[in-house]
Amino acid sequence: MKLELRGITKRFGSLVANDHIDLTVEAGEIHCLLGENGAGKSTLMNVLYGLYQADDGQVLLDDQVQQFAGPGDAMAAGIGMVHQHFMLIPVFTVAENVMLGHESTRAGGLLDLPTARAKVREISERFGFHVDPDALVDDLPVGVQQRVEIIKALSRDARVLVFDEPTAVLTPQETDELMGIMRQLKETGTSIVFITHKLREVREVADRITVIRLGKVVGEAAPTATNAELASLMVGRAVELTVQKEEPSLGDPALIVEGLTVIDPIGQLVVNDVSFTVRRGEILAVAGVQGNGQTELTEALLGLQPRVEGSINLDGTELTSASVRRILDAGVGFVPEDRTEDGLVGEFTIAENLMLDRSGGAPFVRAGNIQRGALADFAREKVKEFDVRTQGIDSKVRQLSGGNQQKVVLARELSRDLRLLVAAQPTRGVDVGSIEFIHKRIVETRDAGVPVLVVSTELDEVVALADRIMVMYRGRIVGIVPGDTPRDVLGLMMAGEHPAEGAAA
Amino acid sequence: MSATVQQPAPSPEIVTLDTTVVTSWKAPIAFAIFTVLALALAVFAPQEGDTTFRLSTQSDLIQLSEITVPTMPALWTTIVLLAIATAYSAVLVSSKRRVPLWLIVVFAVLFMFGFLTWAASGAAIPVIGLLFGSLSLAVPLIYGSLAGVIGERVGVINIAIEGQLLAGAFTAAVVASLTDQPLLGLLAAMVAGMLVGMVLAVFSIKYFVDQVIVGVVLNVLVIGLTSFFFSQVLAPNASLLNTPPRFERLPIPVLSEIPIIGPVLFRQTLVVYLMYVAVALVYVGLFHTKWGLRLRAVGEHPQAADTVGIKVNRTRFWNVALAGAIAGLGGTFFTIGSGIAFNKEMTAGAGFIALAAVIFGQWDPIKATLAALLFGFASNLQNTLSVIGSPVPSEFMLMLPYVVTIFAVAGLVGKVRGPAAAGKPYIKS
Amino acid sequence: MSDPQHPDAAGTPGPGRPELDVDVAIEEPGAVSPEKETAAEDARATAGGPGGTAGADVPPPSRWHTTLHQIATGNAIISVLAVLLALIVGAIMIAFTDERVQEASGYFFARPGDTFLAIWESVSGAYAALFQGSIYNFRRDTFLAGIRPLTETLTFATPLIAGGLGVALAFRVGMFNIGGRGQMLIAASVAGWIGFGFDLPWGLHMLVALVGGLVGGALWAGIAGLLKARTGAHEVIVTIMLNYIAFYLVSWLLRTPGLLQAPGSSNPKTPAMKDTAIFPSLLGPQFNLHLGFVLVIIATVVVWWILSRSSLGFRFRAVGENPNAARVAGINVRNMYVYAMLISGALLGLAGVSQVLGTVTTGFTAGIDAGIGFDAITVALLGRSTPWGTFVAGLLFGAFKAGGFSMQAAEGVPIEIVLVVQSLIVLFIAAPPLVRTIFRLPDPASRRRPVPNVSQEVKVK
Repeated sequence: MKLELRGITKRFGSLVANDHIDLTVEAGEIHCLLGENGAGKSTLMNVLYGLYQADDGQVLLDDQVQQFAGPGDAMAAGIGMVHQHFMLIPVFTVAENVMLGHESTRAGGLLDLPTARAKVREISERFGFHVDPDALVDDLPVGVQQRVEIIKALSRDARVLVFDEPTAVLTPQETDELMGIMRQLKETGTSIVFITHKLREVREVADRITVIRLGKVVGEAAPTATNAELASLMVGRAVELTVQKEEPSLGDPALIVEGLTVIDPIGQLVVNDVSFTVRRGEILAVAGVQGNGQTELTEALLGLQPRVEGSINLDGTELTSASVRRILDAGVGFVPEDRTEDGLVGEFTIAENLMLDRSGGAPFVRAGNIQRGALADFAREKVKEFDVRTQGIDSKVRQLSGGNQQKVVLARELSRDLRLLVAAQPTRGVDVGSIEFIHKRIVETRDAGVPVLVVSTELDEVVALADRIMVMYRGRIVGIVPGDTPRDVLGLMMAGEHPAEGAAA
Repeated sequence: MSATVQQPAPSPEIVTLDTTVVTSWKAPIAFAIFTVLALALAVFAPQEGDTTFRLSTQSDLIQLSEITVPTMPALWTTIVLLAIATAYSAVLVSSKRRVPLWLIVVFAVLFMFGFLTWAASGAAIPVIGLLFGSLSLAVPLIYGSLAGVIGERVGVINIAIEGQLLAGAFTAAVVASLTDQPLLGLLAAMVAGMLVGMVLAVFSIKYFVDQVIVGVVLNVLVIGLTSFFFSQVLAPNASLLNTPPRFERLPIPVLSEIPIIGPVLFRQTLVVYLMYVAVALVYVGLFHTKWGLRLRAVGEHPQAADTVGIKVNRTRFWNVALAGAIAGLGGTFFTIGSGIAFNKEMTAGAGFIALAAVIFGQWDPIKATLAALLFGFASNLQNTLSVIGSPVPSEFMLMLPYVVTIFAVAGLVGKVRGPAAAGKPYIKS
Repeated sequence: MSDPQHPDAAGTPGPGRPELDVDVAIEEPGAVSPEKETAAEDARATAGGPGGTAGADVPPPSRWHTTLHQIATGNAIISVLAVLLALIVGAIMIAFTDERVQEASGYFFARPGDTFLAIWESVSGAYAALFQGSIYNFRRDTFLAGIRPLTETLTFATPLIAGGLGVALAFRVGMFNIGGRGQMLIAASVAGWIGFGFDLPWGLHMLVALVGGLVGGALWAGIAGLLKARTGAHEVIVTIMLNYIAFYLVSWLLRTPGLLQAPGSSNPKTPAMKDTAIFPSLLGPQFNLHLGFVLVIIATVVVWWILSRSSLGFRFRAVGENPNAARVAGINVRNMYVYAMLISGALLGLAGVSQVLGTVTTGFTAGIDAGIGFDAITVALLGRSTPWGTFVAGLLFGAFKAGGFSMQAAEGVPIEIVLVVQSLIVLFIAAPPLVRTIFRLPDPASRRRPVPNVSQEVKVK
């Protein structure tokens, strides 16, 4: 089916998220929509899918103008979407998720589950998915959940399929499999819109490429274009993503973790017998696909996990099962993975957020009273030092951009006397300028002799920062390798293959 | 490239992480506490004499004989059994196994038997009357808890059950008095409950007001409105507006003659029979129909429901309204269900007990019904015991449902996740 | 869209969690928001962020215009209009149920003026009585007699403010204390027991009874705080249940000789308080206003200090706004829940104590709480959970109460109309868009949520 978007405009208040965007996707074509996050790709697709109403412009399918009041209309017209954040009900089975919204019923209005199961099996077999229709979605790994999303779309006879950042949760190998599925769909005449910001994927699978920046189409490209061409189109200027850093001057081992195991509430060993050491003046980067125990590992180091076995030792002090307060006082700085959830209080001012983890005593509290003058001075100084773009220290943190929010977190943590810095996804959702700034500060912290543990799902970031790389898979350490290990080896390790096997293969 | 060249992706096996067993000592500790309580009764407040359990009423076709047990030996036997159950649960937990539900049920029944034997020493317990009264007292609680279950399952916490019951009771009394038709009163009660539900829905869905707060305020509003109109209008014109007719009892032929069950379950009024139907319908509806699937989807993950074309807020609105209607129907029990005139605040907190039953029943209509029956039983036990002269002050029996609920929410019965999106407004830009 | 409560389940790690890969140069301010919000947040970020240019070239609006705009869209006007709306609804109810109005409407088409006259008389009579019962009675000869209603208002406001402060403080820590009734009953029982059962010198007796009552209320609320902290039990359910438990417990104490029951009586009522324990009158014996009002002013200042100046309050607010971030920042969230409930319970205890030692000193029954525990919720909501807002809201509702009784006495309008008006005020205030729609006011660009959010998910590990 041919899809055409003509002059789509969508405004949110004063911001124009989509500015007269034109896009044509021919039948049986894989069309890549390339752009930074925030460029307006998701907004455009949500307009297409009926989730947003466009302020201007038209959607045409096979040259027929469509009116979508909601996703229901879009689906009926043959548009399917595989969402970036899976739109699946965790407590439902696969079959229930697939039938939701277009349920077939038996006599008396009872759900016709057998038909739904058969449908799942049929599509599943057609693409070799092997998905059990009666499995609870919550129990499925993300890769399989994504297939359920695809089955969901195909079960409604989608002829145009939108994949919104589908590779974010996948290992490199799973990503390759997904590409295969896309090609297979294309063979059957399905038109595919593939939203991504990853150049490698674009060049591998796309038939045509449209680049969006700041809500506008800035150009079209062929898959033969070079990375540099695509990147500069996307960002609007030449991009450099290397971090300037000297060889580390290694000190003594500072953080020694032995046999660390973290047990979640249902008894799963989300971190399983993990042992490693970080030395002073060293950056150990933890690589791995999201959800392989890295989050729980950092939380365990901070005393945020309730059920922990093994030993965490920092400079000779045992920190296992210590309170968060004691661990912070022992000199651990923490940049949490999800800053708005765990790192900041959105309704608090910048100044208040800067004293968040020193709310009990000096220098900001004396005799139970907050020292407002001292806090204001400190806040003004840090806002300047960390280049936080804001109207003032009394602005609410909620109103800052992602990059500036992260700078507030970093300013707070780096202004204490640190003996260890734990940074989880330090540049997630952060703009280019801030990424460079944050990386620079992390390297400076290392050079000041502080051991640093960086967790990132971004291979580029891992490679850019790491002195050594530790790869995690299903709660275990696959291996700890030098910082200059080739990416393809790291990719295999992220899929759980040990370096030796990887080398043999 | 053709499809045949592309090999189907290998099936990723289901990822199962290594696991360990999470053990909880809550059950053995609770068992031990109750066993010690029973022991304390036997040691510090021994009762002489026999206890009689009466299993039939005089009007029954089939008469069962009374069972008489000597009080103290029966109590001691119970204590021994309780101790065994406690020890067994401790053994289970220390060997990293779970305490099964049946053991908890057996323990509860045993404890209740021991307590009854002790409390009614030297007297006879009319078992039929006790159970019949329990069911009756549970009627508004069950309707209320069904309303709560539907509300929370669709993502709206319904604290206003109390207000819906009260609105139902009031409207039923007025309409039935005016028309002399209890059925019309029942319909009016449903409409009144539905209106309260709709206000809750509008404020929480359209204006994103915290649902708990709207619910609490709505309760105050309904209490204020009904009390105002009671004082101002109903009291001066009681004969016209507040002498509701009552639903007559309709014994079901044959079924009503089954020993024990018959007199308890099948010599009831229309309100009770409707309740049986409502429980069954809500259960089947929630878990086996399109309505229930969509309702639960909206309460678990509204955005996912939206992306498959389900109108989230519309679904929420109408189901909260439906829940209100069900609670309103439950309110009829207080007036036309029992033939009593309306009075200020006559629901006396039943809506809050219903809410407790929802949580105790883990958002499941059947379990919530059972929880409501348990609470009804506790209330009626107090009535029964005060008639036969029990050593326990009635206030402590009346406290029981509330104490049980606190234990329940504190996780004694195991923590169960409620609907993920309950209490959260769905905001589309 | 600025509401922090987005539909995505908070803090669920794993596949449901938004996942963003950064390959090249990425700006993604909505990293943790579901995608619906993302675009909107992008708007904000791009406008104010490093890449944005907006804002700088737009001339600022004149100060007058800004001020007017703030008044028209701000909280104050909404509050005033909400009170007005609620009073209008109350007026309709009064008019509807008035017998003279009903009579006159029987021949409405013959003489419609009669109906309007009757409506006017019933409503104006009722509200005049409300005013004269709560502020100043012009029918009295002397100023002292005329101002008496105002002192009655302050007397009624005393426990309302104390209770409202307790509820408000809990709100700020993200908790909903519906247990005011139970906490007041326990506090009143302890204070009352000390007040009539002990012989102590003047002053000390009062102090001991006061402290005993505060501790009683604090501990009763502390149960809910402790259970929430240790087991995650929702405080709404626990405090509701504790209300009933306290009620039955106190009922039993009151009817059991040797405990709280007055000797030689068979009524469930205590003996009168001893003079050494009774709060002194502030304005002399002809007025009811007692020391409790001064204590409440002190309590307001203390709560203000806790919330806006103290380290404890900082942690309270951090937990209330984002318990996860507070936990990560080393704040002991569990302890904060317990402390907050203790303080909240003590404040509701103050309400209970001021009832038995100040207002009803002749002995009390299980109805001593007089619904104040629930009124306190509406007071706190109207006061937007700020100390001085709660103070003013308490005065207003105290006036409604004082005036309501005189309205009932003079015009025969049932006192329950006050409940209706109060709850409508809170409903209207909770939904500013509704009020704006009714009065056709402009919509402000940014809105702060008007009522606290207590249904949020909190992970206590």
